[in-house]
Amino acid sequence: MARRDTPGLPDFSLLKRLARDQLVYLLEQLPGKKDLFIESDLMSPLDRIANMSTLKQHDIVKLYKVEYKATVSLSDQLCFLIRPRIQTVKWICDVVNADKAVGRFRRYKIIFTPQRFFACEAVLEEEGVFGDVTTDEWAFYLLPLDDDILSMELPEFFHDNFLAGDQRWLRTVGGALHLLHSVYGPFSKLYGIGSCSQMTYEWWREQVEQGEQGARPAEIGSVFLIDRDVDFVTPLCSQVVYEGLLDDIFRIKCGCVEFGPDVTSSDRSVKVMLNSQDKVFNEIRNEHFSNVFGFLSQKARNLQTAYDKRQGMDIKQMKTFVSEELKGLKQEHRLLSLHIGASESIMKKKTKQDFQELLQREHCLLEGFEIRESISFIEEHINRQISMMESLRMLCLLSITENGLLPKDYRSLKTQYLQSYGFDHLLTFSNLRQLGLLVEQQGAETLTVMESKVGKLVNDKTAGKITDAFSSLARRSHFRALSRKLNLVPKSDEEYDLRVPKDMAYIFSGAYVPLSCRLIEQVLERDGWAGLEDVTRLLNGHEFAVTGGSRAEPNSDAQRLVLVLFLGGCTFSEISALRFLGRAKGYKFIVVTTAVTNSSRLLEALLGNHA
Amino acid sequence: MGVLTKALAPPTGELLGMTDVVFFAETIEFHDGDEKNHERLVFTDKYQVNGRKSRKHLHVNADPFRAVWPGGGSAATRGGAVSPLREEGSRRPPSKKNQSGGRGATAGGRGATAGGVVCTVEMMRSKADEEEYWHSSKFKAFTFEDEDEELSRLKESKQAVNSIRQLVEEDDDDDTEKVSWSGEPVGSISWSIKEMAGSNQKIDREPAFPRIPTEPSTLNKSHSGLSLSSLFRGKAKSENFQSFSDAFSDSVRIYAPELRKPKSEYKDYVCDWSPEETVQRLLQGKAVSLEKFRSLQDKLLLLDFAVAAHDGNVITAVLIHLKRSLRKEVLFRELQSRQTALRHFIHYLTESREQKLLLELLRALGRTEDMALLQYKEHLIITDENNKRDFLKSCLSLPFSAEDSTHVQDHYTLLERQIIVEAADRQAERGGKVDIFQKFPRKASILNMPLITTLYYCCFYHYGEPEGTFSSPLNVRRTFKISEKQYFVTALAARAKLKAWSDVDALFTGRNWLGFTRKKSPLSFHRVVDVLQRNSAPTQVLQDYVALIDDAELRISLAQKLKCHDIVISTFRDMKDRQMLVAYRGKVEPGSAPERKIDDLLNNQQIRWKN
Repeated sequence: MARRDTPGLPDFSLLKRLARDQLVYLLEQLPGKKDLFIESDLMSPLDRIANMSTLKQHDIVKLYKVEYKATVSLSDQLCFLIRPRIQTVKWICDVVNADKAVGRFRRYKIIFTPQRFFACEAVLEEEGVFGDVTTDEWAFYLLPLDDDILSMELPEFFHDNFLAGDQRWLRTVGGALHLLHSVYGPFSKLYGIGSCSQMTYEWWREQVEQGEQGARPAEIGSVFLIDRDVDFVTPLCSQVVYEGLLDDIFRIKCGCVEFGPDVTSSDRSVKVMLNSQDKVFNEIRNEHFSNVFGFLSQKARNLQTAYDKRQGMDIKQMKTFVSEELKGLKQEHRLLSLHIGASESIMKKKTKQDFQELLQREHCLLEGFEIRESISFIEEHINRQISMMESLRMLCLLSITENGLLPKDYRSLKTQYLQSYGFDHLLTFSNLRQLGLLVEQQGAETLTVMESKVGKLVNDKTAGKITDAFSSLARRSHFRALSRKLNLVPKSDEEYDLRVPKDMAYIFSGAYVPLSCRLIEQVLERDGWAGLEDVTRLLNGHEFAVTGGSRAEPNSDAQRLVLVLFLGGCTFSEISALRFLGRAKGYKFIVVTTAVTNSSRLLEALLGNHA
Repeated sequence: MGVLTKALAPPTGELLGMTDVVFFAETIEFHDGDEKNHERLVFTDKYQVNGRKSRKHLHVNADPFRAVWPGGGSAATRGGAVSPLREEGSRRPPSKKNQSGGRGATAGGRGATAGGVVCTVEMMRSKADEEEYWHSSKFKAFTFEDEDEELSRLKESKQAVNSIRQLVEEDDDDDTEKVSWSGEPVGSISWSIKEMAGSNQKIDREPAFPRIPTEPSTLNKSHSGLSLSSLFRGKAKSENFQSFSDAFSDSVRIYAPELRKPKSEYKDYVCDWSPEETVQRLLQGKAVSLEKFRSLQDKLLLLDFAVAAHDGNVITAVLIHLKRSLRKEVLFRELQSRQTALRHFIHYLTESREQKLLLELLRALGRTEDMALLQYKEHLIITDENNKRDFLKSCLSLPFSAEDSTHVQDHYTLLERQIIVEAADRQAERGGKVDIFQKFPRKASILNMPLITTLYYCCFYHYGEPEGTFSSPLNVRRTFKISEKQYFVTALAARAKLKAWSDVDALFTGRNWLGFTRKKSPLSFHRVVDVLQRNSAPTQVLQDYVALIDDAELRISLAQKLKCHDIVISTFRDMKDRQMLVAYRGKVEPGSAPERKIDDLLNNQQIRWKN
């Protein structure tokens, strides 16, 4: 019997302190005044855990952003805080070699985060600066974005792992899992699906086995690992839950959003932190957008009433009011007006682009209904050069839900796309095909026959590799079959009350239960994959369910805390869905992700038209 | 017609694929977005953990916490008074580098400033949003401003760092890259020499190695640049992973610390690590020499073990070694049957931009299409349009798929024409003789724009031109085999933008077999209306097209929205819907022509209303 209350969350601010203290320690290793170069995508995460005075205290004089051009720094010591990227290291080598050429002597230190790669050190060696430049690692694995969201802030995981097939970040993810296990574990159960999840799990398991088992009380119950490529449909859908919409429209970056003048109705932009500390936001973040306006206006009325209390107060009451309530009211007022402004701006933008029609077409694709109409809708979208990303998103959604496009449609849509948005998107199409996001239908039989033929010729291990190779070449999505088996598309004839959602489908207006979250729900319910064999087969396998090392009581609070680790990113809609599931079944979910993603970020990582 | 019109605006959008980048120096503000309250004790303990971690754990997959709390004691995490770390530390012999302790002790007295302190920093930044973010005052709401707290925290940090530093530096087994910036680099020659006093093994090993103690950081004691081993010399792993050799050196250290270093290093050289053990050591980030694997079989074993360990970092490390020590033909041949390694190698070459080798690899693998795309991709970095055109021309002979080869051909032809048209139009614009360029000055060059944008441009500036010129829309249409619908949509948008309503009208004109003109459109009429309305067509133009919408409901709703009263009224009349007509009377202006028309109809006795 599921419990209705939800357990409290572990204190993740500990992770911030750990990261900060480690950074401080690393900086302490470099005494003396120095300039610090920070890679641009590390700035926001860094800002969440440290501040300028922290850096100042450790003799950082000036801060620069890494920009791949000659440095203007005059300091004798340069410190670089970067991601382990070959291009950045090459730039640092250029800086060092330029100094050498003019006979300038400085000390250089690279701090790689979250880890260093041999390939980067090879660059230092090849460029002849190994030894001139010393390196270190800052194991900053996890940034708590909110009480229940931990992000690795590694968006490149998606591209590197799924498109390029480079497994270098798996260990990093394993490291993050290990960190959580060390601080908050042990875990009672681990479930997962997808080859990366499996490899990460295996790596982590080895570490645990090599280490000693602690007898700490567990703060987290089970863990669910899921590869992003298990479910591409969900992140490609338009988000209609408030937080997801904000991300789609304004782009939430590291838990923070910038509202432009159109939202603030002033001449300047405002940066707002979006998390549970914001009381107004916290109440609407998981709501379907159609409920948000009603909520906000109710809230505005309440606020008015609270302000109105002033009338008829005597001096003493007024004093109490001012000291106790006014500040809170003002704060609430500010937040309320921002969210109202944001909602208005969303409405304006969405009406302008015929959002309603777009959603309708999307729902048709999910249902497998009126496919020809959807194709001509997408075609018109392309012909009119409406948003390049939206067109691409709809094309991919069409391809995944339909298990590929008919060759005739594929050619015609591709040609029109290239004509409308540039021929260099040839490269984009090649990437999408490689990942299986946008493909031509092929005789499925030929592929299966080939697979089994090849499979017979070689041993199992190699066969696995070959199957992997096949699936990456032409990964067949079985969305329709999965949708049937997991009941992802609720019957459309029933009225769906978005105000009182009855299942996770509410995050997509009642049209679709996110596949990823449905899998999590089912596996937790069944305590494993038993009975889901058909489903895992369609998802390409690699599922597992194992017992962890925890000896905690099965019904304790910790056991109802479920950590979900998304390899390759998750969307705010999925987080909302999990929060809903948690409330419904008495779980509390903690989402760990390589990065928060959405359809634009996902597709941008695959665009080929940039050098 | 969002994007189409945007094409004439300055190049900012995604369509144009370029972003104006502005660099400037500015003020940055760091904020402490962290929580205020946490127990001191926890903090201190964590600090130790962390310091330890940064030291020992970074490269290694070990659990930092377990090392600190043997037996898994997480009591410390929860505020317990025990600090096992400190106890452990006290057992150690006095640090050889006690200066660090002294350094830290002073630090406690450093003035801590409030969290939100503004620091002037020269910071090169390319994105306005980041700049705004760093000094947006709105963040103050989330900053940490308690000065005392900050100060006391800092003191704690210092203490913690001091207490672990000795320990941490003491623990240093084979960590050779550590450099303290004051004094001698830990890994520098001078330092190593001191360390090596009394160790003849070390001296035996590098008899001819030049020792220049006064020259810091030019040479690393691990003879960098000469051997890969220096590259792959990692950090010490944490205790729970200790191999026998380390445990041994550990115990030796207590009695004879000076023997420790040479001993463990010596082992790296004399021990005959198998490929498997070597990979294990790489995985742990430990010192490994790969040079000794000279037979092909050994090299491949290394590779296969690395692949089996799922660590992309190690796979790439081995591949770099293979790349340096094998003829490329041999390496390519072996990679052919190792898909995972191959993907890593391709990604490595892509990232380090070794285009030539990558092309050779693809050719060797017979992946000609990928090779063609890769070569084609190079056009993206060419900025000069003539060079780009010539480059694209050279791409025409590449082995693309039949489909893509047409696209590349089109790409070349398009740029070739754009260059011609651009030159002519620029001159025409400067000459000031051509009307249209005076009335609607060009906002951007047409170079490198997508085909449809080019067509739009031609429809805008060169509409009436005979088919013989390159800039004629008809010529563009014919050359690139643009579909009728696409041509129609684009021409419609361009002429509507110019408010050339007669041209718009002419687009629809077809003659039926009786010779009567009637409007027909490849695009549904409600889309036509949408296009026109977005180009702010007047009501009298709009209503002609609204009237042609087949679907009555759609017609009425659009007509109502666009205030085409006549259409609404006559549609209701045709539907014999008296009630709707009465209701609509309330929506038109009193005393206006539409109202009179409604009244006439309502008074008309001849109409047989359905209600």
